[in-house]
Amino acid sequence: MAHIKVEEGVPGIRSLVLFRPETGKPLYELAQVLLRGESSLTEAERELIAAYVSSRNQCSFCMNSHAAAARCLYEDDHMMVDDVLNDMQASRLTEKLKALLNIAGKVQVSGKAVLQEHIDEAKKSGASDREIHDTVLIAAAFSMFNRYVDGLASLTPSDPAVYKEMGTRMAAGYRLPQKSIT
Amino acid sequence: MPHIDFKNDLPGIRSAMAFRPETAAPLSALAEVLMRSDEGLTRLEREIIGTYVSHLNDCFYCNHSHAAIACIYADGDSQMIDSVRADYTSAPISNKLKALLAIAAKVRKSGKLVQAEDVEKARMEGATDKDVHDTVLIAAAFSLFNRYVDGLATTTPADMTSYSVRARQVADHGYGAHIYSPNPMKAK
Repeated sequence: MAHIKVEEGVPGIRSLVLFRPETGKPLYELAQVLLRGESSLTEAERELIAAYVSSRNQCSFCMNSHAAAARCLYEDDHMMVDDVLNDMQASRLTEKLKALLNIAGKVQVSGKAVLQEHIDEAKKSGASDREIHDTVLIAAAFSMFNRYVDGLASLTPSDPAVYKEMGTRMAAGYRLPQKSIT
Repeated sequence: MPHIDFKNDLPGIRSAMAFRPETAAPLSALAEVLMRSDEGLTRLEREIIGTYVSHLNDCFYCNHSHAAIACIYADGDSQMIDSVRADYTSAPISNKLKALLAIAAKVRKSGKLVQAEDVEKARMEGATDKDVHDTVLIAAAFSLFNRYVDGLATTTPADMTSYSVRARQVADHGYGAHIYSPNPMKAK
């Protein structure tokens, strides 16, 4: 059960932003611009960074939902998502994406863990300043979302089918959920 | 030196926000609604939580920036802010804020560490669900801000007087676009 009184049956962050839409609005706007806005990283790649960080934080709700969104966006290549979550270095990802995920993994631990050599590695494989910026911010943002979702013990569904449906909806974009009118 | 070329000379989070105004807008909107609301928790209590989390994360820029803002809301009582950072359990703050700081410190490490009894303790000291919510989200948001600032190795001003100057601008004008505009407060 959640630590605070949220709408029953509503999972994860949705229950929290329905509880407090004033803070929910900028949170969803951040997710939308960061994961769906104009970028040289594909939406699938950005969702993969989100799922990777959430997996390292063991945030089951964020990991499962963003992995589902990434699978949906990777379409025929959806196996990529599970390969990366199982063993990022052994996956078929490009060197650039591996270097960016490596930076994301450092940010997950601490911003200070990102060293010049990690940045050099990413730049050497073709990452732009903007891509490095967005990777750091996505990893930082999921360091927030994961703590928000788990820190208030929001509902985490266990049925994979729920996440599949969620992922399809998320692939279309992030819009602040509205209270259902009964 | 910063990890990327921000194409500006701003310090800390301001350099990263000016580099990418599209993401800066929701980030500053979040800070404004979360840190400048007087509903439930006061602005001072909110800034104390942000300062404390940044202190534990050893994020120099956020720690000193938010301590300076808290100090303004505390009418200049910097000793109180220092005592919270040194050992909040013996600081001259309410038992409610102490219970909320205990939750914030757990969230900083991992959301999973927060137990029902931590929340129960805060509730017994008068915290509402909204207070608990805002505490968790402030601690989570500073887990973002601290990583953003340090993960890109943004510039940290060495001149300690600059923090109180900026703090005054935030206290007066909030977390608006002036945060990421170069020299917005230049005297006319």
